[in-house]
Amino acid sequence: MRIRCPLCGDRDSREFTCMGHETYMHRPAGEGWGPAWDSYLHLRDNPAGVTRDLWYHGAGCTAWLLVERDTTTHDILRVELASDAKRGNA
Amino acid sequence: MVKLVEKTPAEGLLPLEINGISLTELVPAAITSLMPFDGQEAAASALLSSLLGMECPHPNRSTGRDGARAVWVGRGQIFVVGKAVDASVARHAALTDQSDAWAVFSLQGHGVEDVLARLTPLDLNRAVFKRGHAARSLLGHMSAVILRTGENTFEIMVFRSMARTAVHELETAMRAVAARDALR
Ligand SMILES: [Zn+2]
Repeated sequence: MRIRCPLCGDRDSREFTCMGHETYMHRPAGEGWGPAWDSYLHLRDNPAGVTRDLWYHGAGCTAWLLVERDTTTHDILRVELASDAKRGNA
Repeated sequence: MVKLVEKTPAEGLLPLEINGISLTELVPAAITSLMPFDGQEAAASALLSSLLGMECPHPNRSTGRDGARAVWVGRGQIFVVGKAVDASVARHAALTDQSDAWAVFSLQGHGVEDVLARLTPLDLNRAVFKRGHAARSLLGHMSAVILRTGENTFEIMVFRSMARTAVHELETAMRAVAARDALR
């Protein structure tokens, strides 16, 4: 599997670490425990098909990436810097 | 009175020459990490250019020449190698002295890509990875900066603590390529 890092270009998967679903980019406001925090920390779908998760280019530019991929074909459909995605959402 | 003896990161290990490929240690006078503040990239680049005659490189590139180089080493981060960076640049960028933190090697010779191909997943084909191109990637299991400085010359930077491992890995790869060549 290869990921096209927006900064580094097409790179081998051994340079990356997968953190998990993009949910991690949407931290609930506040510190009080509730269903939003429960969901943020623990509840995930396990899709057969397209999903979006966060990957860390630790052995490259050290950027966090938001990767859209297909779990059934291993196709990488879209990659962007998590910082760009975050700014876009703001 | 304790007398401290200055040693280079790969003291006593180099140079090596195997099958026409040489591995030597480089000891830059200074290495400074330069990380422009948000929105200050152009100002930092202009000031660096007026001070040292080289702009901040784009991702996967380097600027300057032997003795004074600016190398892209990661997201928002540049290493200025060979010349000290004037403190005035701190107006536009976070500066940290990295001079003693890195081991720097020169790997040179015909077929040098074959040696590196054993250690890094980078595509170093000279049509793709040209002179002045720089990458942050892996050398074996070590995080490394790999930079093509000439037709058959690469500079490689690893953390100083891994100097001995890097030399061992590079020497092993050089010997392996030489062994294959001997069978031709
Ligand atoms: Zn990258």
